[in-house]
Amino acid sequence: MELASTTFDPKPPFYRQLRLTDWLYALLVLSAAVFTFYRYGSYLDGYEAGILAGSAIGLIGLGWFWKAWRWYFPLSGLVALAAIGLYQGDLGRAQTAFGLKYLLSSQSSIMWMCTLFFLATLLYWMALLQRSELLGRIAAGLTWSASVAGLAGMFTRWYESYLIGPDIGHIPVSNLYEVFVLFCLITALMYLYYEARFAARQMGAFVLLVVSAAVGFILWYTFDRQAHEIQPLIPALQSWWMKIHVPANFIGYGAFAIAAMLGVAELMVMRGWLASRLPPAEVLDEVMYKAIAVGFLFFTIATILGAMWAADAWGGYWSWDPKETWALIVWLNYAAWLHIRLVKGWRGAPLAWWAVGGLFVTSFAFLGVNMFLSGLHSYGTL
Amino acid sequence: MTPSRRQPGLAYKVYELLSSMRFAIGLLTIIAIASVIGTVLKQNEPYPNYAFEFGQFWFTAFEWLGLYDVYHSGWFLTILAFLVVSTSLCIVRNGPGFLREMKSFREKASDTSLELMKHSTLVAGEVDREAAGRYLTAQGFRLRPGEREDGWVLAGKKGAANKLGYFFAHIALVVICIGGLMDGNLPLKLGELFGTVVPETRDLPQSQIPAHSRLGSGNLSFRGNVTIGESRSADVVFLNSGKGYLVQELPFIVTLKKFHVDYYSNGMPKLFASDIVVTDKATGKETAATVKVNHPLVVDGVAIYQASFGDGGSPLEFKAWNLAAPQAQPVKLEGTSLATQPLRVNGQSYALEFGELRVFNIEEMGGKPQSASRSLAERMHDAREVKQEKNLKNLGPSITFKLRDAQGQATEFQHYMAPFQEEGASYLVAGMRSQVSEPFQYLRLPLDADQSLATFMRLRSALLDPSLYDEIARRTGARARAGNAISAQMQGEFENSVKWILARFAQGGFVALEKFLDERVPKEKRAEVAQTYVKILQGTVPDVMAVANARAGLPPPPSDKATYRFLLDGLVATSALNDYRAPLFLQLEGFQQVQASGLQLTRSPGKTLVYLGSLMLVIGIILMFYIREVRIWIRVRNGETRLALTSNRHNRDLDADFARHAKALQQLVRGA
Ligand code: HEM
Repeated sequence: MELASTTFDPKPPFYRQLRLTDWLYALLVLSAAVFTFYRYGSYLDGYEAGILAGSAIGLIGLGWFWKAWRWYFPLSGLVALAAIGLYQGDLGRAQTAFGLKYLLSSQSSIMWMCTLFFLATLLYWMALLQRSELLGRIAAGLTWSASVAGLAGMFTRWYESYLIGPDIGHIPVSNLYEVFVLFCLITALMYLYYEARFAARQMGAFVLLVVSAAVGFILWYTFDRQAHEIQPLIPALQSWWMKIHVPANFIGYGAFAIAAMLGVAELMVMRGWLASRLPPAEVLDEVMYKAIAVGFLFFTIATILGAMWAADAWGGYWSWDPKETWALIVWLNYAAWLHIRLVKGWRGAPLAWWAVGGLFVTSFAFLGVNMFLSGLHSYGTL
Repeated sequence: MTPSRRQPGLAYKVYELLSSMRFAIGLLTIIAIASVIGTVLKQNEPYPNYAFEFGQFWFTAFEWLGLYDVYHSGWFLTILAFLVVSTSLCIVRNGPGFLREMKSFREKASDTSLELMKHSTLVAGEVDREAAGRYLTAQGFRLRPGEREDGWVLAGKKGAANKLGYFFAHIALVVICIGGLMDGNLPLKLGELFGTVVPETRDLPQSQIPAHSRLGSGNLSFRGNVTIGESRSADVVFLNSGKGYLVQELPFIVTLKKFHVDYYSNGMPKLFASDIVVTDKATGKETAATVKVNHPLVVDGVAIYQASFGDGGSPLEFKAWNLAAPQAQPVKLEGTSLATQPLRVNGQSYALEFGELRVFNIEEMGGKPQSASRSLAERMHDAREVKQEKNLKNLGPSITFKLRDAQGQATEFQHYMAPFQEEGASYLVAGMRSQVSEPFQYLRLPLDADQSLATFMRLRSALLDPSLYDEIARRTGARARAGNAISAQMQGEFENSVKWILARFAQGGFVALEKFLDERVPKEKRAEVAQTYVKILQGTVPDVMAVANARAGLPPPPSDKATYRFLLDGLVATSALNDYRAPLFLQLEGFQQVQASGLQLTRSPGKTLVYLGSLMLVIGIILMFYIREVRIWIRVRNGETRLALTSNRHNRDLDADFARHAKALQQLVRGA
């Protein structure tokens, strides 16, 4: 038999696997970064220029690693650009221009995100119960649309903050409202990645429940507390550290939330509930582990960044402030979880329960600390 | 691998326990629980607060447990130390094995063990040795061949860095903890334990603090605070220490030139910055810089941070109105905020304790209606609006002060400097309270067209002066008669009532009139009589003003609405001043703001170690999670080829990889 010599070829090096679309995407991100630098470079300090370069590289890497990102990210940017175009530099147009009022102003976008996430949750459940491939695909589509609306909304909000006042403008990761939107986005996106990677759409019914809970909070926070208003940054938050510390933290929180919901699904499968509809327990277990591993890495990085920021802002890298301390508790919790799994080799129910419990610890660090404890981190009181 | 015959000794058992996972997890759990306590119980509050909150018994118990400063308590530091020991021993125990494993290819693995591996398959036919080697190398494996009597083996591995990750991550923890302990106050704790360092609890001038409460500038690590007024200097910082504080000498002198605060349009602070000059004590070298929040200055390994700000003792200027001598002109009084000065008024001695001068008092004046009353449409509208419309008002400068009498009783006052406008009229606002826990009670003194208190004070002096009552009553009676409000017979009686009411009012304002009603008038008639009193007072007050003006050689007041309102406000204010518990009314006339900046100074040599450890930790975690260690064997014997594969991570990728390798091997065997 004639051997196809390709069989033996080593996996081609990573860059040889890239297609034309990958390069086009990279070119797009790069030109956006260059344009930003050309236009706004004089307002950026060295660190911020560094963050811009790092973001460009990171975004290119992310698009190459996860192909869906290559259309998701530019599309969200495009929607935001449409909103910015409609504004014509006048914030008042948010209530008058039709496109802004009902669709593209940051608040309208975010409200659309909320609605679409609710719908997606509903459809994931219908798909699960009826074993419907089609409904599952629609649910995934809705989740993607919600994520586009959310990211575009965040971009637009960023722009709007500058319309309120050039000294007020800042990246929207500075208060509890904004990070909740970020949490929904990151959780949904990480989930979408796993969903495609493991071809297990049924997980969505569970993961989207946490997202929906967060959406519920956003709605309450908006309608009852008007928390969506853009506030200027207090001096402690005027730091480029914020731009990387907060998102890194929320990758951690999002990943832990996914893990907890998969833990719930796994426990149900083990008891035979919905077992015939859900993916096998081993798959859920593996995704749960993957999520915790990613979450742990980013949470570690976020905590370290937080410490470095604290060293600049509060005079010490560690002050045992309640938020810091709870971050440590969360971190210790997952360190113990990983040891038990990887060193002791545990699997199954105990770790699933533990991951579920981990969500409570994480939520307390995220919300409970703001609600019940006072400290240096008082930027996000309820 | 040979089990030891000897019974393990105690030392070995301890070693085994300390380096075990369960011990480490136990420690981590205790640290987590202790950390929770520290967040639930507010740390480092003044001790009396705790005693008040918990009662004496629990206060003492918690103090003994060190719960008011958990993270620096002896037992917490001990646990941390144990964690360092445990992790180090863990490395010592696992390290050599891991290192050996990293180096080895396990080319000696027995045939049975290869067969028992989870991923293991046998292919008929022998693979070509060269081709197999080429294939595995291309797949990224490093190889080591082995000869066996009945054939050969090729052992390959990749991802050995995974184990390296273990070293990075765990050594990182030890490094971080050591860095942290260096910067913690361990040496101070030991000093306190052995009595060489004694925290000072009294409020002494810096120079009088005894030596055992002072720390030399050679101290390795510290974190302390100092407040410096503009144009002043400091060469020490204060460290909190349990019930008291310690003084840390600095190797330099910090001088505050100027402090800046900027606000956003909505009144939120935008910038805190201090222009400082740091002068080295030894060399005299000067470093000038501006420190801002998030932008500290580092000199000599000491980082200087903007931590807080406040009043730095500003010269103040008052007009003092003697309330007991209403006719007297105001006198000038000078003072300094945050300072205490003696005051002698009307033969009594007082201490005048100035508080903080606040130049801005930005307050929200209530904007949108509260949530419950808003309609859905309004809510939808608001939900789309990212810009807030807040009704903010700057009430201008204010000063607080306490007036303490000879018996030590103090009343606290808060006086605003700028007139407060309401419906076209201007007032001076002053608050008063006798308990710090109470809210201020405000009174408003009406200001005249010159924005001065003079007219009001003149009115008050006439209201309180019985020698003028005849003239006042005469005028009021005449006006009432002229307006046919009363008959000629009644005029005399009416004038007597006016005098009587004025006299009562002078004694205690509206309260005195009310008291009289309560005591002398039957209940059902009170409301009616009260109304009559008020009417008479309102009717007579223009005459009071006219008489007061006449005495001062001024024309009578115009009879317009604004004047009338002023006069009624004057009545209310005169009445309210009866409850004003100070013999003087201090009207803030001017000030020269001197601000103070709260700086935090830290020296933390452990920081570099902590950062180094953090970097190692991240590298370690990445290596451990994202580098998969895979070992592979191709074993050829008796016309058969076995492929075996193991990894420290089992997941579905591994199954796929194995299938791929198995297929390739089959092709290689067939191709051979
Ligand atoms: C705060 C304390 C600690 C933290 C945060 C920590 C963190 C970690 C992490 C994240 C892993 C990765 C899991 C993996 O991929 O295998 C790991 C592995 C491991 N840890 Fe720890 N560790 C700590 C203390 C200890 C201690 C005290 C021991 C001693 C018994 C220990 C023993 C191990 C071992 C044996 C592994 C597996 C290494 C391997 O096989 O790759 N750890 N640790």
